[in-house]
Amino acid sequence: MSKPYRDGLPISPEKFVDQLMRLKRGSIGRREFLGLTGLGIATAVMARELGIMPSPAIAQEGLGDRMSIATWPNYHDPATFENFKAETGVAVEVNVFGSNEEMLAKLQAGASGWSLFVPTNYTISTYKKLDIIEALDMAKLANFDGSQQDQRFTSEGTIDGVIYAVPKNWGTTGFAVNTKKLTKPMTSWKEFWDTAMAEGDGRTMVHDYQLTTIGNALKYFGFSFNSLKPDELAKAEELLLKVKPHLFAVSSDYQPSMRAGDAWMTMCWTNDGAQLHRDIPEIAYVLGKEGGEIWTDFYAIPKDAPNKPAGYALLNYLMDPKVAVKEHLANGAPSTDARVNALLPKEVLDNPILYPAAELLKPLEFGAAATLTDPGRAELMARFKSA
Amino acid sequence: MRSNVLRHHLLTALLLGPATAWLVVFLVLPFVAIAVFSVGERAPEGGYQAAFTLAQYANLPARATAFWNTMVLAPAGALACLLVAYPVAYFLALRAPERWRLILLALVVIPFWTSLLMRTYAWMYVLGGRGIPALLATIGFDDVRLINTPGAVLLGIVYGYLPLMILPIYVSLERLDRRLLEASADLGATPLSTFLGVTLRLSLPGVMTGFSLVMILLLGEYLIPTLLGGGKVFFIGNALVDLFLQSRNWPFGSAIAITLVLVSVVVLIAANRISTRLSGARRVDLI
Repeated sequence: MSKPYRDGLPISPEKFVDQLMRLKRGSIGRREFLGLTGLGIATAVMARELGIMPSPAIAQEGLGDRMSIATWPNYHDPATFENFKAETGVAVEVNVFGSNEEMLAKLQAGASGWSLFVPTNYTISTYKKLDIIEALDMAKLANFDGSQQDQRFTSEGTIDGVIYAVPKNWGTTGFAVNTKKLTKPMTSWKEFWDTAMAEGDGRTMVHDYQLTTIGNALKYFGFSFNSLKPDELAKAEELLLKVKPHLFAVSSDYQPSMRAGDAWMTMCWTNDGAQLHRDIPEIAYVLGKEGGEIWTDFYAIPKDAPNKPAGYALLNYLMDPKVAVKEHLANGAPSTDARVNALLPKEVLDNPILYPAAELLKPLEFGAAATLTDPGRAELMARFKSA
Repeated sequence: MRSNVLRHHLLTALLLGPATAWLVVFLVLPFVAIAVFSVGERAPEGGYQAAFTLAQYANLPARATAFWNTMVLAPAGALACLLVAYPVAYFLALRAPERWRLILLALVVIPFWTSLLMRTYAWMYVLGGRGIPALLATIGFDDVRLINTPGAVLLGIVYGYLPLMILPIYVSLERLDRRLLEASADLGATPLSTFLGVTLRLSLPGVMTGFSLVMILLLGEYLIPTLLGGGKVFFIGNALVDLFLQSRNWPFGSAIAITLVLVSVVVLIAANRISTRLSGARRVDLI
């Protein structure tokens, strides 16, 4: 589409008034009408979507010119997708989510439009049960080497010997604290919740995510992170309702608030903790000594992926250790792949946020599949949020 | 003669056709789908499973808090919007110099050209720690928190829906017969009683239109409480989003959606009745 070079330039005051007066007289040109009403852009977009005016991309054979990925906030090196586009001609649209439930909901509803997505370990069996993810064709993933993967983190991607998902990275769920604002050292979930109601009043964030918010409230009492027992959940609910009026926000996108200094403490995933600490050293990352979550995020391809060839191509690209290492440096989550670890600088491997001490890792639990579909936990979360 | 009647019918059908097709495809069919979902059951892994039960409706009290919040906050938000909008509309219609009027009106409407999401995000930065609180810190007020407060939500609501309130009031004030104001003054009324007895009274149709427009949109609001309220203020819109996107309880979500539609219709009818009565039995068309 040809565009006059003036499009998008700011309008001068004289021209604005001139145009306004012309509109007042009821005189309007076709181009102006389309521009002012947005119909011009709408038509252009629709023409493109409907394939009437395909964009002239130099696409690689069979990959198309675009695909879409569903993933988590602050989770990739933006350069990765730029480089992928430069190599293959495929533009990657990134959709960001706050919970696995949301991803599952979109896939269940159908026509999500994703050709690749990033589910967490405990959800994969449900996706398989619902028959909405692809058994991966490993021949198309030459860069993946199962023998180099740390088996502690990768088992849930394989069901009955078939690989449905390959790992992106692992991590933990702890909390981040701005130690300039909250000076008392903290080491446990009990302290997290108690501080939220005291010094951290009005400055604490919890995830908008049942698994971790309920799970870490359960840890206050020393129950399992994955508990489905009604009496244990009732105690967690009591705590959550008590804390609710003291919270700053219920949101899984906590980096902006932590960076701006609005929030002083938040539930936090490894990668966000590493990024926050890297940029703002006074923000510390703490693992509750009672335990909590350890997780692996995987890559998987939906059965109804509109562009499977590109999905496979991007996945294979991401499995290349040289690419993956940049992803890990950018997002700050530890790798499951020995080939990647070999390329990571020593200070990253020594970073206790990424690689916590063994005794801190020991009490952590992987999320359990049942929590994802349990209506009891879902309703508890709804009561907490509406309280 | 006959062919004329026929042609007339054909023309009517042609004119109504597109709108009817649009409404059937984008309003009636989805509504029917939601009604069917609402008597179904949640599948074990979430989603919908065919059934015929009223259990979802019986479960409505589980979202009573969300309904209550909405029923309180929607009228309160609309009222706050009205209080800000009326003086602006009054100024625009009756006080602003003729030649400025169009430009001022344009200024009211221009923000609407940007999506509400963008404008609300902008407020997140203005109210967030690097915005106004940072300015306040330079003059000695440390650690002021503006974002994620009820005040921030109210501000977002008033800001977001202001044009929808200003425009109908402006229209009804602009149509006001100035001679009535002069007559009122001639008959000895004070400016205040002229305003209350004539101006306000005659602008009530516009007020009610604006009020119901804003109120109906607020009944389904979820963006502003999420972004400016930190997800702590839970509207029925938020309950709906969670039921579809988090717990994937489509039947329950559908039952709530149907209830919300019914409530909105009741509100609309009530608003129409009230405004008809208040404006002296003049028929008023909403929207």
